[in-house]
Formats: sequence, structure tokens, C-alpha cells
Amino acid sequence: MSRIAALFDRARASGRKLLVPYITAGDPLARHTVPLMHHLVAGGADMLELGVPFSDPMADGSVIASAHERALAQGVSLRDVLAMVQEFRTQNSHTPVILMGYQNPIEVMGIDPFAAAAAQAGVDGVLTVDLPPEEADISAPTLRAAGLDPIFLLAPTTPPERVKTVAELASGFVYYVSLKGVTGAGHLDTDALAARLAMVRTVCGLPVGVGFGIRDAATAVATAANADAVIIGSALVSLLATIDSSDAEQLTRTAQGFMQDIRNALDRAFPAA
Amino acid sequence: MTAVSELEAAYTKYRQDPDFVKEFEQDLRDYVGRPSAMYRCARMSEEYGAEIWFKREDLNHTGAHKINNAIGQALLAKRLGKTRIIAETGAGQHGVATATVAARLGLECVIYMGAEDVVRQMPNVYRMKLLGATVVPVESGTRTLKDALNEAMRDWVTNVDNTFYIIGTAAGMHPYPQMVRDFQSVIGREARAQLLEKTGRLPDAVVACVGGGSNAIGIFHAFLNDASVALYGVEAGGDGVETGRHAAPLTAGRPGVLHGNRTYLMEDQNGQIIGTHSVSAGLDYPGVGPEHSWLKDLGRVSYDAITDAEAMSAFHDVIRLEGIIPALESSHAVAYAKKLAPQLGRDKILLVNLSGRGDKDINTVAKLEGIAL
Ligand SMILES: Cc1ncc(COP(=O)(O)O)c(C=O)c1O
Repeated sequence: MSRIAALFDRARASGRKLLVPYITAGDPLARHTVPLMHHLVAGGADMLELGVPFSDPMADGSVIASAHERALAQGVSLRDVLAMVQEFRTQNSHTPVILMGYQNPIEVMGIDPFAAAAAQAGVDGVLTVDLPPEEADISAPTLRAAGLDPIFLLAPTTPPERVKTVAELASGFVYYVSLKGVTGAGHLDTDALAARLAMVRTVCGLPVGVGFGIRDAATAVATAANADAVIIGSALVSLLATIDSSDAEQLTRTAQGFMQDIRNALDRAFPAA
Repeated sequence: MTAVSELEAAYTKYRQDPDFVKEFEQDLRDYVGRPSAMYRCARMSEEYGAEIWFKREDLNHTGAHKINNAIGQALLAKRLGKTRIIAETGAGQHGVATATVAARLGLECVIYMGAEDVVRQMPNVYRMKLLGATVVPVESGTRTLKDALNEAMRDWVTNVDNTFYIIGTAAGMHPYPQMVRDFQSVIGREARAQLLEKTGRLPDAVVACVGGGSNAIGIFHAFLNDASVALYGVEAGGDGVETGRHAAPLTAGRPGVLHGNRTYLMEDQNGQIIGTHSVSAGLDYPGVGPEHSWLKDLGRVSYDAITDAEAMSAFHDVIRLEGIIPALESSHAVAYAKKLAPQLGRDKILLVNLSGRGDKDINTVAKLEGIAL
């Protein structure tokens, strides 16, 4: 069983709501990424989502798009991101890491070499946001054969047939985008979310992580009522962007504190058995 | 993506629908002014050394081929009950065409345009505003066409309920490349019939500039099965392909994936899309429609690049010899025709798609030539 599947199994057994932060690898500076990963875990993150910088992050809002630009300004490549995961793994062998990125950098490396290198570096799952499930018939099995979980996005507008396609290709969990739009978009309607997730769960047996639009402890708790995991990206990335990038200490402390607040709120609202 | 599936279903339905086809053809005739003229360039033929004919897309309402596609997609938007239109634009021609059809149909219109292009194409920015559109300068990435496309995509997925995204070129995700080709293929159908009527034969060569590839696929499509007709797609060579400062993915790029389609791209060794350069904002795109990639691999169309300097020189040739101010994009096709003509010979017919007029470019040209307006 993959590290991701095992994590969700344990969480379901204990009633713990999983907390998954997103940062873009290389943002604000490449040397901060691995320390940030460790501090997010120390603050209560159960799994980490690491953005792979891309020149045209069209599924991301301005906050994360700017993070991609900051990383690219330092030339951070997919290979560099894999090296960061490898370095993280020297001190942490239990926290799953998923990569979230776009297709072209993987294309250039080749899906087979990429899958092998990612697995070897200690990556657990891969979410390629601009790869529709209908076109993942080669890459998803390749990832799975290498021991990686292919992760897919489901949106409020995704029809049941497509949820079914995803259910057949995906493993680990599915990533439910809680509102229409790009990362960092505004509002969140938790009632509509509950209704949609009920549909998803009838078609797809995998655990569900919900992301896009979760900003703080309150929105995390509201979302977690219907989800196995809550994913927080833009709120964290924009918070880190307010900090002087030369101040490593302040960056990691802020990231850890932000996580800890949400962790505490989740654990209060959903006490583990 | 659900927005795309909805569009695909709608397009599959309406492309066969007699009422839709009739309304489209009627608008092309009465609003755009089609068929566009087929013009023999007497003095240019003399000077270049082959029979040069222009397909005059510059004479269309709003000044370029872009309006053909904007009308087709806007009619689709209307049938889908969308109240808001968005588009990306590079040179501003597609933005103007979209703002125009939105005004005519009473739809809200938002145009995304790279901040660099907003500066380069001021007259078109003002035209769009006059037409009631909101023009959003895009500051991300390279601040040109591809970034405008990214921003429009973000808008579309956020506002899909009421919004129709009119992509301006034969690129992007399915069904856009096919749909845009279908709407633009009127160019080639007319051109083929007009030349047959006027000269009694088919052209020996057809030349079109390639940005995302819509005017080129539009004129090529009717000739694909005519084996005797050589087809040439002309990309923007910028400072020269060898300098790396260009926008010629078919000539000097590699296959990759961008904006939902697999095609030739300008990318670095890590798969990042690299900045493009061209004097012409409408050709400044690092990818190209997937059908051109296919036609290249098939060997049916030859693709080559023309530098900024060659295009500028052809721009002046067209004005001096024919009294037409061509778009800088179209000037790339003319510059290639100039090279090709002596190889073909005097009796050979060389058809150039004059995709647009150059009114929008006069500020750029004046600046390049050190003239204060
Ligand atoms: C006059 C003109 N020609 C050509 C182009 C390039 O686009 P495409 O390759 O889609 O025809 C543009 C784009 O703005 C244009 O304005």
C-alpha cells in the first residue's frame, strides 16, 4: 500500500482530518523549500503538496502564478524539485509528498524516466493539472507501476461519467476543487460542497481531499466536515510572500505557526478517536 | 475540463445546423463584406518575378481575417445563452474583432492583452475600448500573447456559467483548433474558386504567415488535396532563428504540450516555454496550432521563418508597389513570396494571404524608423 493510501486509512480509522499545505518549490528562494517542508510537518501537516514551477501556470491564480515566476527566476527545474524531495527524505520518511505541476516539463523528461526518478527521490503522488483524465491512459498506469499515485482534480462542474474515468485511473485520493476557477479564488459554499461530494463518493471510492478557497482555520473546519483532507495553497503562499525572503527563520516560523493554528482547530472540531 | 466538453457538444451540434450555417454565411456576406477580393499585383509580379496574387483579408470589416472566426464563435455563444464574451489578443486584431461582434450582439466583452502588446498596439486598444470592451493588460510571464491566453483561461474556468471564450487562433484545446479552422476555411474556399475563375487554374504556391496558424490553415485547407499546389507557412524569425530571438516553433522548436494541445513549441531544456520575439505582435506566440504540426510532420506544408528586417522591407514593397498598407504579420508572407518568386518563375501563380491591413502598425513602424508622429 502506498504511503498516501496508508495515511488516509489511518486517518479514517482514527477520525483525524488530514491537513495538506501547498507551496511552490523554489518560492521564495530555492534554499527555503526543504526547511519549509519540515516546518510545515512540525506544524501539523500530514502530507505535502509541492508545486513544480512552470512558465505558463494557467490553472493557478495570481498568487501561485507569481510564486512560479519567483521560482523560475532562479531557474528551478523539475530535476531540482526532485532533488529537494530527495533531500527532505533524508530526515523524513513518513510524510507523503505529492507534486503538482504541468505536463510539459514531464514530457521533456519523458514519462518513464520521470516516474522512475520521482519514485527514487521519494515522491508519492503526481498531479498534472493540465492533463485531462481522458488523456492519462498511458501516464497514470506508468506512474502506478513506479509506485506513484496519480492524482486528479474533480470540479463542481465535473459530470459523473468523468468522475468514473478518474476513479478508474486514480489512486491514493482524489482532489476535489471546491469551486469553479483557479487556485486562490474567493468564496466557498459548504452546503453545495456537501451535495457534490455525496455524488463523488457514490461514483468513486477513494478518499477526497478538498482544496481551492480554504484560507484559515474556520474555512478549513467548515470544509473538513465533508472531506478526508483539506488542502491549503494560496493562503499560505500569499502569507509567505509578505515576509522578507532573506529571513529564513521568520519564513519557517510563520509557516509552522499558520499550520499549527489550523491543525489545532481541526483537532478541536474533529477529535481523534 | 467541463467548459470544453460543453463547447465541443455545442459545436458538433451547430456546425451541422442549417440555421446556424445560414446565419454565419449571411453575416460573412453582409457584415464582414465577403467574399474578400482576389487581387493580381501587377507591379509586384513584375518586380518579384512571379504572378503574385493577394487574397485580400485586409479588406474585411475590422481589417483582418480574425473577424471570420469571431463571428462564428459569437453566434455559438449566443446559441448557448452566454452573456459575456472574453478573448485574448496579441496584435489586437482578434480583440477588435471580438469587441465588434460583442457590441453587435449586445454582449459584455473582456479582452486580455499582454501588457507589452498594450503598448505596442495602442490604436487597437483604443478601438476595443470605443467598442465597449474592457481591456485587461496582463502583467504576468512574458507579458505577451501566451500570457493573455493563460489569463483568459483563468477567467473562463472561473466564470464558465455565463462566459464564452472566443479563442482567436487555431490553437488551444480541442475543439478550438478544428472550430477556428472551419470558420476560417472560407478564405481558401473563396480563393480557390476565385483564382480558377480569373486564371482558369490553381495557384502553384500558397503562402501565409503563421502565428497560432488561423489565417494559414484557413487558406491552406481548400488546397490540401491539390497535390500540385505547394503550401508555405511563414513564421516570425525575429532577429534571425539562429539568434534564439524569434517566434518560430515549427522552424526551430520541439514538440511539447501547451494550452491543452500537443504541438511544436519554443521551450528550454527543462520544458519551460521561452519568451518569443517578433516585430509583429500577432506572430509573437511560442506555440502553433496542432494541425500545422501535423502538416509539417506529414511534409504537406513547408514552414520557414522571415526576419523582422525582411518583413519590414516587404511591408514597404507592398505600399510602394501596390498602394496597400499591409499588417506586419502579413508582411512576413509577402517577404517569403519575394524569396520564392524567382525560384518559381514568371508564369507561376503565387497566392499570398494578405491576412490584415497595417493601420494598427503605423506607430510601431514609425518608432522603428525613428519618426515621431
Ligand atoms: C493580420 C494578422 N495576420 C496574422 C495573425 C496571426 O494569427 P494567425 O496565425 O492565427 O493567423 C494576426 C494575429 O493577430 C493578425 O492580426
